[in-house]
Amino acid sequence: MRALLKSVDTPLIVSFSFILILLLAGSLYSPNFLSPEYLLQQLQVGAFLGIIATGAMLVILLGHIDLSIPWVVTLGGMMATAAAGWWGDFGVAIAVPFALLCGLLVGLVNGLGVAYLRIPSMIFTLGINAVVAGLMVLHTGGFAPQDHATDLMHWLAVKRSLLGIPNVLFVWIAVGLAVVFMLNRTPLGRYIYAFGNRESATYLSGISTRGVLLACFGMAGALSALAGVLLAGYSTKAYQAMGDPYLLPAIAAVVLGGTNILGGRGTYLGTVVGVILITLLQSILSILPLGAMLQNLLHVRLEAEPIRQVIYGAVIITMLLVYGRSAKIQS
Amino acid sequence: MRSFRLWVAANNAYFLGVGLCALMFAVYFGAPPVGPLLLALMDGLNAMFPSDIESFVYSPASFTPNVLNTVAVKAVLLALVAMAQTLPVLTRGLDLSVGMMFIMTNCIASVLVIGGPVDVTMGVFIVLFAGAAAGFLNGLIVVFGRLQPIIVTLATGAIYYGIALGIRPIPGGSVDPVLADFITGLLWGKVPTVLVLLLCVVLFIWIPFRRSVIGRGCYATGSAEGAAYLSGVDINSSKLAAYALSGVLCAIAGLVQTFYTYNGEASGPSAGTYTLNSIAAVVIGGTSLFGGFGSAIGSIFGAFSLRTIVDLLFVFNMEALWQQLFNGIILLLAVCLGATRVFRIRNRLELFT
Repeated sequence: MRALLKSVDTPLIVSFSFILILLLAGSLYSPNFLSPEYLLQQLQVGAFLGIIATGAMLVILLGHIDLSIPWVVTLGGMMATAAAGWWGDFGVAIAVPFALLCGLLVGLVNGLGVAYLRIPSMIFTLGINAVVAGLMVLHTGGFAPQDHATDLMHWLAVKRSLLGIPNVLFVWIAVGLAVVFMLNRTPLGRYIYAFGNRESATYLSGISTRGVLLACFGMAGALSALAGVLLAGYSTKAYQAMGDPYLLPAIAAVVLGGTNILGGRGTYLGTVVGVILITLLQSILSILPLGAMLQNLLHVRLEAEPIRQVIYGAVIITMLLVYGRSAKIQS
Repeated sequence: MRSFRLWVAANNAYFLGVGLCALMFAVYFGAPPVGPLLLALMDGLNAMFPSDIESFVYSPASFTPNVLNTVAVKAVLLALVAMAQTLPVLTRGLDLSVGMMFIMTNCIASVLVIGGPVDVTMGVFIVLFAGAAAGFLNGLIVVFGRLQPIIVTLATGAIYYGIALGIRPIPGGSVDPVLADFITGLLWGKVPTVLVLLLCVVLFIWIPFRRSVIGRGCYATGSAEGAAYLSGVDINSSKLAAYALSGVLCAIAGLVQTFYTYNGEASGPSAGTYTLNSIAAVVIGGTSLFGGFGSAIGSIFGAFSLRTIVDLLFVFNMEALWQQLFNGIILLLAVCLGATRVFRIRNRLELFT
């Protein structure tokens, strides 16, 4: 039993039990919370976050962080829809690859800034985020591009083709399997963990650390853009700031899943559990009539949104306090 | 002589910030040092982008105290938030919740700073206390929770935003007009009061803090936490003080914002912009993001440079569509200033420290 517990790390157990608690608490409110349809729907919504969190995790494993997620997601959605408008049938065919390429390019620019200019990733990606935001404002304002999703994007994001399982879930599974394979079975995966543990040692072992940085930031950009494509398909159009609500949840999901924010440690399974946890938490917070409950309890009238924000932030901090603490400074 | 050279070398990022700020203001005022050159430049620019506010650019005489005042209020707002960001950065942290604390205190002030003189005074103190409490909470979680500051402040930012939204679901509220007009007005008909306020903040908050044991502790903690601990520096109190003081500075900015707009607004995008620009201002001002090096005064110059760049776009009558892109590019270039370190390094291993 103890050996089994040791093989599964604490963050995973804690997050998983929290998911069960959320579901049980929800089912006390309404039995629908345990129905397969509700759970499938949550997984479908969670898949978008899951794909973004995958990219975020790759970067966090290096000990860096990608704050350009919001506008790279938007870029993905906008470029896919615009490509379909610009180049007719050919554009419709290449819409998705084109968007991924754009995301990859932005990711590579992030990587270049961090690898060659040695600017802390946090501020460099923030700057890139602002530049991409400016480009997208110019793009939508100046050229009135097409913003409707293509049929393929719609099919990928909304339709359920096999056994009633949403297609987008398959996309997430495919991305997840590829990343798990890369992290555990390829040299690049080893390099990523080594880099996260100690960059200088990795460099001295003869590994191209700059290449690792470029690869991870590039993949993160492409994955964010992919999520943008799917989100545009989900809501049938691409719009400004569509990626804004995903930055905090993506980073929170990765960190709640047990990935060390300083890099070098973390499993993909943890990230999956983190994503499901965040998705369920958001869903339950939006379903429960929090405003009315607070009014009965404390006789204070409040909108639901503020309470949601406060609970959301508090839950993330509380869970991290349970297992995310770093060692005490002693020397 | 040698010590002077060392001193210059240690402060060159800081000089860069001050120099950039001076240059921006010189361009802004069309002042004598670059006057003739600038006029020629502007003739060219005006030929390219016909503008109807060119007189505003041309003659320094049209630069009335009122225009100066508006510019000053916006610059001081960013400068205060940037100073707030500097303190956690000095301890090798980062505060992604400064923007949220700023709008939270703005919303609180729009409720409390109204009524009789006693109410107003009480209101101001409660707002400052709320800012200090928010910053102190950040500090508590960072110090005793031993969590990474980025994650902590990302999450507490959500909490503060929730509180702001709870107080002001829609923009509104009011503020004591006498005090508001005094703070955002002109002293002796010439000097914007906010600039005097900023000077007071530097003289009575920053410099005493910088010279105190705890302030020195912040620098020591940021530059080498382990060494500071072994030397008997109280790293916990230093970090707590840095975060709490950061909250107080945000609260001062929140008050000024309330006095300027006469209401409170829980605007998420505005909070995000202030957080982002505060980090950029700190970097331009010569403070190292790796901690232990820099000064809040540098951040003030960084904030002023950023603000003047944004205002220059307005003065040059830049098309609104392009503005956001130019802001982004300038921000990116500003943070790229940090890359100069790479070219001075002789041994590649030094890159990794």
